[in-house]
Amino acid sequence: MTEYKAQSNIHHDSARLHVTGEAQYVDDLVSTEGTLHLAFGLSKVACGKIISVDLEPVWQSQGVVKVLLCTHLPAANDVSPSPYWEPLLAKDNVEYIGQPIFLVIADTNLNARKAARKAIMEIEEIKPLLTIDDALEANSLFEDPLVYQNGDPESAVDRSPKILSGEIEMGGQEHFYLEGQVAMAIPQENDGMLVYSSTQHPSEVQHKIADSLGVPMNKVRVEVRRMGGGFGGKESQANSVACACAIAANLTGRPCRFRYDRDDDFLITGKRHDCRIAYRVGFDEAGKINGVIIDQFVRCGWSLDLSLPVADRAMLHSDNTYFLPASKITSYRLKTNTQSATAFRGFGGPQGMVGIERILDHIAHELGMDPLDVRRINFYNPPNSGSLQRTHYGMEVEDCIIEEIVDELVSTSDYRNRRQEINEWNDKNPFLKKGIALTPVKFGISFTLTHLNQAGSLVHVYRDGSIHLNHGGTEMGQGLMIKIAQIAANTFGQPIGSVRITPADTDKVPNTSATAASSGTDINGMATKIACTKIIDRLIGFLAERHQSHPDEVRFEQGEFKVQNETYGFKEVINDAYMNRISLSATGFYSTPKLHWDRKIGKGRPFFYFAYGAAVSEVMIDVLTGENKLLRADIIHDVGNSVNPAIDLGQVEGGFVQGYGWLTTEELYWDSKGYLRTHAPSTYKIPACRDRPMDLRVKLWEKGWNREETIFNSKAVGEPPLMLGISVFLALSNAIASITSDYPSLNAPATPERILNTLTRNYQVPFDFKSGRN
Amino acid sequence: MSKINFFINDRQIAAEDPSGTTTLLEWLREKAYLKGTKEGCNEGDCGACTVIIESIEDNRLIHSAVNSCILFLHQLENKSIRTIEGVSGPEGDLHPVQEAMIKFNGNQCGFCTPGIVMSLVSAHTNGTSDLDTILAGNLCRCTGYDSIINAGEESLKKPRPDWIDNIEVPVHEVPQDTGNGTIRNPVCLDEFADWYAVNPKATLIAGGTDVGLWVTKDLKSLPSPCFISDIPELKKVKISGNVMTVGAATNLTKFDDVISKYYPSLSVMINRFGSVQIRNVATVGGNIANGSPIGDLPPALIALKSKLILRRKDTRRKLPLEDFFLDYGVQDRQSGEFVEGVEIPLQHEWFRCYKISKRRDQDISAVCGSFLMELNFQTIDDVRIAFGGLAAIPKRASATEAFLLGKTLNLETIQMAMELLETDFKPISDMRASGAYRMQIAKNLLLKYYFGRQRMSGHQQSISTR
Ligand SMILES: Cc1cc2nc3c(=O)[nH]c(=O)nc-3n(C[C@H](O)[C@H](O)[C@H](O)COP(=O)(O)OP(=O)(O)OC[C@H]3O[C@@H](n4cnc5c(N)ncnc54)[C@H](O)[C@@H]3O)c2cc1C
Ligand code: FES
Ligand code: FES
Repeated sequence: MTEYKAQSNIHHDSARLHVTGEAQYVDDLVSTEGTLHLAFGLSKVACGKIISVDLEPVWQSQGVVKVLLCTHLPAANDVSPSPYWEPLLAKDNVEYIGQPIFLVIADTNLNARKAARKAIMEIEEIKPLLTIDDALEANSLFEDPLVYQNGDPESAVDRSPKILSGEIEMGGQEHFYLEGQVAMAIPQENDGMLVYSSTQHPSEVQHKIADSLGVPMNKVRVEVRRMGGGFGGKESQANSVACACAIAANLTGRPCRFRYDRDDDFLITGKRHDCRIAYRVGFDEAGKINGVIIDQFVRCGWSLDLSLPVADRAMLHSDNTYFLPASKITSYRLKTNTQSATAFRGFGGPQGMVGIERILDHIAHELGMDPLDVRRINFYNPPNSGSLQRTHYGMEVEDCIIEEIVDELVSTSDYRNRRQEINEWNDKNPFLKKGIALTPVKFGISFTLTHLNQAGSLVHVYRDGSIHLNHGGTEMGQGLMIKIAQIAANTFGQPIGSVRITPADTDKVPNTSATAASSGTDINGMATKIACTKIIDRLIGFLAERHQSHPDEVRFEQGEFKVQNETYGFKEVINDAYMNRISLSATGFYSTPKLHWDRKIGKGRPFFYFAYGAAVSEVMIDVLTGENKLLRADIIHDVGNSVNPAIDLGQVEGGFVQGYGWLTTEELYWDSKGYLRTHAPSTYKIPACRDRPMDLRVKLWEKGWNREETIFNSKAVGEPPLMLGISVFLALSNAIASITSDYPSLNAPATPERILNTLTRNYQVPFDFKSGRN
Repeated sequence: MSKINFFINDRQIAAEDPSGTTTLLEWLREKAYLKGTKEGCNEGDCGACTVIIESIEDNRLIHSAVNSCILFLHQLENKSIRTIEGVSGPEGDLHPVQEAMIKFNGNQCGFCTPGIVMSLVSAHTNGTSDLDTILAGNLCRCTGYDSIINAGEESLKKPRPDWIDNIEVPVHEVPQDTGNGTIRNPVCLDEFADWYAVNPKATLIAGGTDVGLWVTKDLKSLPSPCFISDIPELKKVKISGNVMTVGAATNLTKFDDVISKYYPSLSVMINRFGSVQIRNVATVGGNIANGSPIGDLPPALIALKSKLILRRKDTRRKLPLEDFFLDYGVQDRQSGEFVEGVEIPLQHEWFRCYKISKRRDQDISAVCGSFLMELNFQTIDDVRIAFGGLAAIPKRASATEAFLLGKTLNLETIQMAMELLETDFKPISDMRASGAYRMQIAKNLLLKYYFGRQRMSGHQQSISTR
């Protein structure tokens, strides 16, 4: 069971539509007569030169209307979210298995898919670079290794009483949004294009479509009502389907719809970056870190995509909650012939954090200490400590409340006693072993590309007092729409029902940033508050004038205006204002303050603030099979002064499960040719219902309060909880450590196979089962 | 072309499908414009497409959740389907499951929600409370499931709403073979046997949980499809003496009902076979006939010394199940012959089977190990060991068995036998597991079986979930 403080636990605005099946996703929109369907023809070769593509059999296939190669495209052949080229359709070379080479336009979805398999392609194969080692050996990098450094790490490490080094590998992760990539485009008069897209980034889809059609952005309108999950996977990866639809609609003059089949979605689209982190750390007998040297090898796949900011964020989270007096973080951005690695909830943060958490765990093992004690001694100083510390990138940590959260969690989870009990239990049980771990989270909030920290909102109040709300954020299940509606309702002092939520629409709010980096509520909420406040100020001005008083003497409280001795209701004033020709529509614009950041040298303040949380996980493993189970998880997470605790709690629970899914069962497997073999839910295993913890206790931190001026002093919640899942991974490692002599050095994902291998690496089964001990 | 007659949300439908390969999901979304049922994977693994088949058993309304994405329209003849659009009351009242899902915030992006609601409604109607099992086939990427479980538990406290209680499942006429020359759905076993003998190229479809994927993923068309899961005689289960004869078209849910009291260990495994939605349609015969090296029932049934009954016209032959599997993709099944059933001896006390996979539920086995040892005092007097996932076919560990026979059962013997497994199997590596892990698991499962028998001083030996 789970507790939360009561604030405004309003349900998701679409809840009723969701449970009745009435909520419409892009593929549910009614097709107009004559709608065409698309499919990509994909490369079966990971790296090669295209010699010839015979499309004749495709043209001959039933229902085919058109088939396009890159040479048939009307304008730009580029779907990249960054300033680097990323072709929609392969040009001369193919760079991964699954890369789209041609586009089929047909009468039905099935006919398009069938036709797409019929091309005869001759591709001259070149040996692909698949792994981190392949790329390192070939020096295949997107940019020179980036280095962030503070202090003199080499000598800090070398002069330390204790030195350790090690390495951890962690796999990537498929988003597995339940609704795959999908879009629909409907041609409009005068070169206009209306596009329904399942994207986190409508403005970018608009931009890419405009370039694809060779028209200015004002000809393209993109609308997003909701996504069936995004998780970062629809930040840049939605571009291809949407551009393909728009191009096809433009060339045929007919509505075009495109959804990837699930297996194609796995093969075509990007995933979380997999990563190897090598470390050398110097510390004292108490476990305090003196210096650390970390190398991050980040596999970015075939295209640059969002890899630079992702890899930057991994570097920026190499400290997590720990003060690193001297450090050197080097990041290698490796180009390989695999799917692009792209945004995924946490955006590099999780990888960086796994690295440092592994280091802390390793230190504790070396010193024979409780890892919690090693963690605590390295925490950043709390805000009231009088001596604030700086991160390795020079940002002063003003808000580090982790110690308080962890203290509370240690006590509510009964961590110390349970650790003791687990040791005793393990002594008595030869077949099954338990493990426990407590890990903290500190996650930086803001886009590290500073210019993205801006948002717009459009608010209308109609004559009857009903409110129309629009803003740049998109809904992917995180409850953004209801939270922003609450902000609008609250600002106007009106019931939530009076606010109408409308789809994100590039015609209403322009030049938006992706709904990403957990920033949705922070920035769109502020913009909305600003818009609402503008209207209220006009109404106040109007009343002041009418009463020949000063605006300062008009008070607006809980939806009522008080001036002199009169009280006016909201609706009344709205109508009066209308009659007096006062504008009842306003835009709001917000840009996050205080940010300055130089990514090349790695210095500045990239984040407005940090979000914190901590989790304790207890697991059990079967030493004969590696099978395992999450027995219990206790979480305290800081969302500041929550706008909607029920919604935030859902983010915490869901993020946690997604996080440990990444580190346990979710394994991406490429064969030696570079073909992703785990390209469907039959082979790629996200947590299922029974994989949730047997006992889950989640709490939003009661004292939560953002010291920065965010909306209601709340904190962003989308990404940070994902990293609470690291506790599960380290609990598994802890269970293994109970019977191995060496440090387990477990890699992720910790599948039963990896667990058993890690066990048997320094351990021979069968153990001495008879005596019941090892 | 004759029509397929069925009911959707109490409304009678007569649909056509000359291709024989239209799935219910495709039809719902593209022909009936019922868009509440979602496509998440189109291969039976995510549950977004879950709908309910209604039936009356022992005067009780039974709701069986199934995946509409791999259910063919032709499998619906005479059936009653309920979709998400038919769950709320006539006045728009929400079903207790829907109410609870809202109350406990069981929805985030909402894309999995219709499927989850359908599964929970089936549990509510049937009065089933093991929600982790009910939902094993419904993936949700957003919530982490806790809120959904809370909702499900709350809903179970509420009675069935009138409109569900009052459902009158139409009393179907005796099912008819509506097929014409190219698409058939026979109801009479003898007629089918005769027909198949002269049409041996026909595609037999029982549950369609394998064949469905040939269509949705391989984009194949099916030559002369013949749907056999509505042949009553092929679904019979008979027990005589110590032998149970299970008709080939018996689905896994039914099979579990009848076998669990004899072999609880098999029942545990069956409950990890696919999901509820899969088990409600997947058949015992299909799991054998498909010849898969990683099917879960064959190793278990081989270890249990089961016999397969093959039939051509009115000629039957019986063979030990292991002899049916000749090589990868090759079975001992003659043209025009089909699997009629399987005979399973019921008297074995020391039978155990284990399924090892990356994820506990709804996953294909990396290794499936089944063991049977009979002792005469401490001497092994009879032994059967069969594995799935270690070879191109489900296969016995012959060398290991031969070694064990006549030996005294103790740890030393078992340790020696473990090494011998290396001569029996050379497992391959793939995305599910490496060959080395498979080998290690095979050995360790033998050890696990041994320790399981020794009742090791009360130590817990396997992880209990919920
Ligand atoms: C999501 C999902 C999960 C799954 N999980 C598992 C699992 O955990 N374990 C497992 O073992 N399998 C699993 N499967 C595979 C499949 O469900 C089983 O093999 C199932 O038992 C097949 O039965 P069916 O009736 O659906 O077969 P069908 O698809 O109808 O037929 C399979 C094959 O057998 C032939 N056939 C069927 N019946 C006969 C007969 N009587 N005589 C001759 N030939 C016949 C068909 O022509 C076809 O070639 C899973 C499948 C899916 C889609
Ligand atoms: S769509 Fe995923 S199970 Fe049917
Ligand atoms: S709510 Fe999004 S997948 Fe379940």
